[in-house]
Amino acid sequence: MDLNQEEKAILGGEFGPVVKAALEHQIKVGDFFGAADFVEVSQSHIMADTESLGAAGVQWLESLASHPLQERLVRIPTITDPRGTDFSKAHVLKQTQSMLSLEERAIKALMRLGVTMTDTCINYQTIMAPILGEHVAFGDTGVVIYSNSVCGARSNFEGGPSALAAGLTGRTPRYGYHLDEHRRATHLFRVQYGPKTLNEWGALGGLIGRTCANYWTVPYIEGIAEVPGSDELKHFGAAMASFGSNALFHLAGITPEARIFSNLKSLHLTAIEIHEADIMGLQNSYRVTDEVDVVVFSAPQLSIIELRDLAAMCAGKTFLKPMLAVTSPQVKPDADRMGYTATIEAAGGTVFSGMCFYQSYAREIAQANGWKRLATNSAKMVNILGGYGYVPMLASMQDCVQAAVTGRLA
Amino acid sequence: MSAVFKAEFGMGKTIQAQCLVASDGFSARYDLDRIAGRFSRPAHKLFGEPYHGKILVLDTAKGGVATAWMLYEMKSRNIFPAAIVLNTVNPILAQGAAHADIPMLCGFSVDITQAIVNGSWLRLDPKAKILSIIDTVT
Repeated sequence: MDLNQEEKAILGGEFGPVVKAALEHQIKVGDFFGAADFVEVSQSHIMADTESLGAAGVQWLESLASHPLQERLVRIPTITDPRGTDFSKAHVLKQTQSMLSLEERAIKALMRLGVTMTDTCINYQTIMAPILGEHVAFGDTGVVIYSNSVCGARSNFEGGPSALAAGLTGRTPRYGYHLDEHRRATHLFRVQYGPKTLNEWGALGGLIGRTCANYWTVPYIEGIAEVPGSDELKHFGAAMASFGSNALFHLAGITPEARIFSNLKSLHLTAIEIHEADIMGLQNSYRVTDEVDVVVFSAPQLSIIELRDLAAMCAGKTFLKPMLAVTSPQVKPDADRMGYTATIEAAGGTVFSGMCFYQSYAREIAQANGWKRLATNSAKMVNILGGYGYVPMLASMQDCVQAAVTGRLA
Repeated sequence: MSAVFKAEFGMGKTIQAQCLVASDGFSARYDLDRIAGRFSRPAHKLFGEPYHGKILVLDTAKGGVATAWMLYEMKSRNIFPAAIVLNTVNPILAQGAAHADIPMLCGFSVDITQAIVNGSWLRLDPKAKILSIIDTVT
């Protein structure tokens, strides 16, 4: 990689060992992908739940945080993905003290590095949405695909160590989705059915992702007649990224880069048709039983609008089964203020803040609570939870709420 | 069938070990019980297989960013794959391999999951970007 004067100075140790090690890590990755040089980024977003970090990862963070102040601080706004717990509600999940202690240590270390603990995977809805052409280093696949596709920003998937490195150095290797040539459509999908609910949007995204199944593919999707909202595209993109490792899509007539000529040329590609039966087929493939042990709304965190809708569905009901709804620390106060939290919890649900269900020691909390059959409207979550020992099932928010009432998914 | 394959991308030290091969994807979060050291996702073609000390030969990296931390965490507990070989890779696998110092080779002119027999002994030279079959299981 070509290095500028500042980068050479960093490598020479002029800014201390922490940022030197960060740049060395980035150069290893950049060299692997053939990056010509670095690009400066305006924001960084770090995924660092302690189930992923483990004790070793937390110790690594603490070792960085032990350096003198001027050597250890991030240079750019650096925020965080959800944590592995909501400390105020950890007892509901039956998380152990060792899990919570590890989280506390990680939070302390990240704060010493100057990281802003936003604890959210919907930062594009609630913190600072990036803009067209803005280079960023985001560390949640749902955040990256939404920011790249809907906002037109430019980011690769930046895992925890790389996102932290970007925060410390203010740059990232210029490869992948920072480059025009990787943002061109490679596949064309023609959708013959307009999704009606968030689970259907997620199922459509999952189907496209599963078909592409490659980080370097960029689907161009036409046939969506009605412009969707942010929550719809949140579920759509999160599922696509989860099922296919995709980081960018173009929606004809809707997303900003879909209008670029080089992407319109993709319309000559052989179209892969998607019908209602295909979308329902993905959803129904998870319906292996009718009984549920738990209902979870998470992944991504719920917006204030989703909580409003959920509260309306919960009003006046009594849950037989636990129902968990997860949102961000930025949304939770508004949900409290609007009465949505009280309505959901009056029915027997629990509203969590700043965490993600599958990043919260999902296997252990399943065992502690006797949870196996899980209903959710998140296609991303059904894709992930099988490996944690759950039997996840995808259904509409309405059907999931009703399942919490009756214990059975209609 | 060739016993030597040239990769497009390589990272890490030279290593030789027995391999686990499947035409399936890889994510440390989605697919593994990292405490038991086995593939735990029922739908995965390597379901139930222990992976410690093995060279994983798989198709592609799945979605999710957790693997970037998890390979380092797995290595700290001495339950980790010896190396990772993929047809296609995403940044997360590369970042995770870099952070954990686990060798990786990716990008071949053939489908590497079809070219290698499960259980074979392999030698990886990431600097030269070469994968060699030392001993094939028959």
